[in-house]
Amino acid sequence: MKHIKTLTKTLQNTVKKGGVG
Amino acid sequence: MVHQYKNNGYNMVLDVASGSVHVVDDLSYEIIALYEDHTMEEIKEKLSDHDPKEVQEAYEEVKNLVEAGVLFTEDCYEDYICEFKERPTVVKALCLHIAHDCNLACRYCFAEEGEYKGRRALMSAEVGKAALDFLVKSSGNRRNLEVDFFGGEPLMNFDVVREIVAYGRSLEKENNKKFRFTLTTNGVLLNDEIMEFANREMDNVVLSIDGRKEVHDYMRPFRNGKGSYDFIIDKFKKFADSRNQQKYYVRGTFTHHNLDFSKDIFHLADEGFEQISVEPVVAAETEDYAIKKEDLPKIMEEYDILAREMVKREKEGKGFTFFHFMIDLTGGPCVAKRLSGCGSGTEYLAVTPWGDLYPCHQFVGQDEFCMGNVFEGINREDIVKEFKASCVYTKEECRNCFARFYCSGGCSANSYNFNGTIDGTYEIGCELERKRVECALMVKAALALEEENEEAQ
Repeated sequence: MKHIKTLTKTLQNTVKKGGVG
Repeated sequence: MVHQYKNNGYNMVLDVASGSVHVVDDLSYEIIALYEDHTMEEIKEKLSDHDPKEVQEAYEEVKNLVEAGVLFTEDCYEDYICEFKERPTVVKALCLHIAHDCNLACRYCFAEEGEYKGRRALMSAEVGKAALDFLVKSSGNRRNLEVDFFGGEPLMNFDVVREIVAYGRSLEKENNKKFRFTLTTNGVLLNDEIMEFANREMDNVVLSIDGRKEVHDYMRPFRNGKGSYDFIIDKFKKFADSRNQQKYYVRGTFTHHNLDFSKDIFHLADEGFEQISVEPVVAAETEDYAIKKEDLPKIMEEYDILAREMVKREKEGKGFTFFHFMIDLTGGPCVAKRLSGCGSGTEYLAVTPWGDLYPCHQFVGQDEFCMGNVFEGINREDIVKEFKASCVYTKEECRNCFARFYCSGGCSANSYNFNGTIDGTYEIGCELERKRVECALMVKAALALEEENEEAQ
């Protein structure tokens, strides 16, 4: 993308797989 | 919720609920600020001094990120976390107050020369062993257990430390447990024998030093008023090197008297330490060394200076770790851990020299928080329940804070000391935490973009 550089991961994905910084 | 800010020349955008981080150009930065409350046509009108084609292009990029679920995502975790907090928990870690006594008289010590508002006392081996038995019994099927030797000054009771560690090792095989021991020390009694023992048995050591000699000596004198810096600095350097500059922290405290604390951090780095934590003092406003609201702008500026210098040194191959800037963007904990707090009062307990149990080391000495003892177990399930329920969603101030996924709701003890409840926040601490998250993300961005530029060349 020309205007935006995404550095990073969605925490939503850890709801199923999971279960400070 | 999106948090956008400018730091050291970078336009940063944090999508709070997904954890995604974006670095954007000036045009996208403006579009994101307008995106939720304006149509595309309204945005074009407001940004009419830009090339309409560019605006359209940047708008499409923003829209794509929204559709991909990495921008303006909703926080939909509350029910999940409240349910998660209801699950059965086990005790994972104990903080053993091996000595309620100290050979220094640090001005800011919350333990008041190690005594915790009580009497001088050293933990006996009997109490220490009973604490490990309690931990083994209370930890269910969990294998990895942590035991921290804390004080006061733990090395004033080193023989008992050694005995407790040996006892722990003897329990491991038959109980299918693995103890991870850690130790905090002011360094006064540190010697080669203790270093050798610690390098063999301690997974981590914390070495208390505030930074520059004059800063350290003012806040950390011996009881006769003499400074302790010269007494410890060479021993700490030797200790850090003997651990290959890993699995330790030099840990300092900055106060109202050294608001230029970035100089203390750079001093420690220049002395060769690679694992550094220098943290703001938490104290009642009446103390002359307490951080006050009017100190915040200067402290924020210092964190910016630190972030810039860390990027510079990293590029020069002279980087160091700063505990409060540690953020893992690609891994990091699951959302359940992020939002449920530190574990005090449920998974983590402190043990006094005579075996009483408290929610954490900061509550020791406040009788109303005594939860039982290591011989008879916990007899105040109401305290466990209160700490178990506490999380980001029970603290009103946290609900709309962009840092909540990194800070986890802050420190219960600080909240209690300033508000009389564990379900509040400590305002100055929150301001500083937010700034540290901003700086830490900027450091990550600067280094990632630098790496990318190098690869492109």
